[in-house]
Amino acid sequence: MSDNHAQPISRVSIVVSHGSLEGVYPGLIMANGARMEGIEASLFFTFFGLYAIMEKTMDSLRVATVGNPAMRVPDARGFPMPTVLGAIPGMSAFATSMMKKEMEKLDIPPVREFLQMIKDAGGELYACKASVDMFHLKKEDFFKEVNDVISVGQFYEKAAGGQIIFT
Amino acid sequence: MVTKEIADKIVELDADGHLKNRNDWTEVIARELAKEEGVPELTDRHWAVINYMKKEFDAKGDAPSIRKLTKESGVDTKELYALFPKGPAKKAAKIAGLPKPKGCI
Repeated sequence: MSDNHAQPISRVSIVVSHGSLEGVYPGLIMANGARMEGIEASLFFTFFGLYAIMEKTMDSLRVATVGNPAMRVPDARGFPMPTVLGAIPGMSAFATSMMKKEMEKLDIPPVREFLQMIKDAGGELYACKASVDMFHLKKEDFFKEVNDVISVGQFYEKAAGGQIIFT
Repeated sequence: MVTKEIADKIVELDADGHLKNRNDWTEVIARELAKEEGVPELTDRHWAVINYMKKEFDAKGDAPSIRKLTKESGVDTKELYALFPKGPAKKAAKIAGLPKPKGCI
């Protein structure tokens, strides 16, 4: 806004800690949006958030339908979906395909393409060392564009002087 | 009403500092706006982006997303950010005489 005289944000470090589709996208959209505004951006993937940058899993992230009381049918303006229905086989796949279709309409790319876009835009991608060790993963398990596996200490060093956003 | 003299012409600006009337836009003004945005010279590659954005705006009423822009203008993401450093979508729209893009992607 033009009437905002506060110091503009120059750098953001975004932590992605969930591995579901809806857990990963907000961080990616915020990181990409930051780059579009000329803000430096880095993403730090931790715990199940790592699934967004693992070669094996990054193309098949799903919407969580179990344990998600916010689910409504047929869409956000519809009725609350009884949570027990979320456990029906195929429900998560169905919700995922619906959401992906809507995202494609808005030109929101699939995870792999989105990460590539963020990287090409000058953003940085990091995996959390503690989670990598806990899941017994190696650098080779990750998307080639991942910059590095770093410790929490290194994360804070890189985040110095900027804003940290936890998702 | 905010007005400004660019290239010997008085033009009206919107709240974001973009041209208010597209009719005011000329290539000379584009070059002046580019200088203000830290793009000293507009090359053929810059023009490829600017012309594509104008075309999309005419067709859709909003600037294209970066994804669409890079897929259809022939300028990829890396090059786009190099051409318009620090905020490609916003800067290219401003130079093209278009309002600030509304989209998030």
